[in-house]
Amino acid sequence: MNIIVCVKQVPETTEVRINPETNTLIREGVKSIINPFDMYAIEEGVQLKERFGGKVTVLTMGPPQAEGALREAISMGADEGILVCDRAFAGSDTWATSYTLAGAIKKIGAFDLIICGKQASDGDTAQVGPGISTHLNIPQVTYVKKVEDAKEDVMRLERMLEEGYEVVETPLPALLTVVKEINEPRIPSLRGMMRAKSAKIIIWSQKDLNLDPQQIGLCGSPTQVVKIFTPPQRQGGQILKGEIPDIARQLVELSRSEVS
Amino acid sequence: MDYLLTDEQKMIKELAHKIAEEKIRPAAAKYDISEEYPWEVLRVMAASDMFGLFIPEEYGGLGAKVMNLCLATEEFSRACGGIAVCYAASALGTFPIVLFGTDEQKKKYLPDLAKGKKVAAFAITEPEAGSDASAIKTSAKKEGDYYILNGLKHFITNGGDAETYVVIAMTDKSKGARGASAFIVEKGTPGFTFGKKEDKFGIRASSTRELIFTDCKVPAKNLLAKEGMGFIVTMRTFDMSRPGVASQALGIAQGALELAVKYVRERVQFGKPISSFQGVQWMLADMATEVEAARGLVYSTARMVDAGIKDVAKESAMAKMFASDTAMKVSIDALQLFGGYGYMKDYPIEKYVRDAKITQIYEGTNQIQRSIIALKLIKEMAK
Repeated sequence: MNIIVCVKQVPETTEVRINPETNTLIREGVKSIINPFDMYAIEEGVQLKERFGGKVTVLTMGPPQAEGALREAISMGADEGILVCDRAFAGSDTWATSYTLAGAIKKIGAFDLIICGKQASDGDTAQVGPGISTHLNIPQVTYVKKVEDAKEDVMRLERMLEEGYEVVETPLPALLTVVKEINEPRIPSLRGMMRAKSAKIIIWSQKDLNLDPQQIGLCGSPTQVVKIFTPPQRQGGQILKGEIPDIARQLVELSRSEVS
Repeated sequence: MDYLLTDEQKMIKELAHKIAEEKIRPAAAKYDISEEYPWEVLRVMAASDMFGLFIPEEYGGLGAKVMNLCLATEEFSRACGGIAVCYAASALGTFPIVLFGTDEQKKKYLPDLAKGKKVAAFAITEPEAGSDASAIKTSAKKEGDYYILNGLKHFITNGGDAETYVVIAMTDKSKGARGASAFIVEKGTPGFTFGKKEDKFGIRASSTRELIFTDCKVPAKNLLAKEGMGFIVTMRTFDMSRPGVASQALGIAQGALELAVKYVRERVQFGKPISSFQGVQWMLADMATEVEAARGLVYSTARMVDAGIKDVAKESAMAKMFASDTAMKVSIDALQLFGGYGYMKDYPIEKYVRDAKITQIYEGTNQIQRSIIALKLIKEMAK
């Protein structure tokens, strides 16, 4: 089974600060890690390789330092890493990112499965995975919590819902996004770390991918960030007192006055 | 202090640190209470190749380097001295095979030990043979292709949980210390059973148990080195393993120091953090300096062993003695800094005191270490 795992390097802290003038993340002094949800995607890819054989390719788009994320994935058992890196891709939103990653996947060639984390901890959009599957015109199954079984061209999955789960069968190739319930990411092995250190990371630029310039980077990104702000803290509510019919009456009046 | 570690050593330290923080620290209190053998944690160490650190590459390990073993043991011990000793004791049980095993013995036993599929144990201590190892009574009598072992070993770390044991027994009592021999004994060998499991003050995650040999038939091919070499095997093994025990002590001291520094910055008395008081600061300064001095001694000794220097008995003894005395002192001082809270089991620091104490006792009491050092000094002067 040829598996492609897409990962994103993100700032470690969950309390990222934003530069109010430029509306961008302040990345200085913040350690970069693999997006925590992508760790489950890597682990699942490696586990599926161990179950069914095959190969795991890790793919990321980002600055040169994102190579570190690929090496970490290799230390956990992935076979190779591809970094899509070019200034032309800078400023990509989820549309341009998924278009670009889909382009890289086309260049990789034959595959059976793409696995992504359900969303990134910095942007929280959960759009890139589904975006890739749309660009590639393959089925997607989101919020996967278990791979029950896989045959040559079909896979049976458990997909998490708000209450309970559903069992889904999908033809392959397909794209999955996974939730943290699916596995426990392993601690790398020393041999894996040594292999990762000396592994050759493949780097592809716009020249290698030859994508439509209108659909990449900032100009290929329909999203425009107008303003980023921290929502104001909720003020304490009002507690209504008295008998229940009174409270009901007060509530109705308050709702009316709030609306008007 | 920068110890100019190689890239490989940095990797080992980083990985061991990750295992310690993610898998050992959260489980330390649980195993301290339950006294269960920490298989779950050992499996993680195994999957990360940690058991390969003390086994040569040709037998499935990553090179038998004492320094690498020390770095891993130190990191594990920062989080839990008890879980760490399960690991280090497997190294202790493995070293005799690495040092004295035939190619056939190594091929048979080392690959599984390197993968951490099995753990090892070393058995010399008996109820009446502690510091005086020459007083051991367990006997091994040759009968055809077998040695018949009879006797009792006690206080054996990893006893009962280990699969592979190196046991010292007398093949010729009349020769005294030169009549001892070393044998590889597998768990499950008929006549080999386990006795009392000890209820200990510290390192409670590790198992300490009696081994009972009753007409236990051990194949003659399991003899390590030659008949009569049991004490040489033991001494050479201890020279290799003492830096490991020293690094366990070092890790306990380091762990206690870190907890203390963290605590004094948080604990407020008289309106300010107690870290602002000079009395507290001076204690921390002494503790940190002693830990660093111990580290220097331990690493230097480990590097000597790895460089192939044969006679390291004095340095190994110094490292073991100094690091364990430091662990005891630093953990006691750390508890003092925690004040009344430190005495309570809700806080992690009292466990460090309990875990530290054994490092002054086992693998040669610190009094025996001092004798080794002194005798060596006198001998050197007499040359």
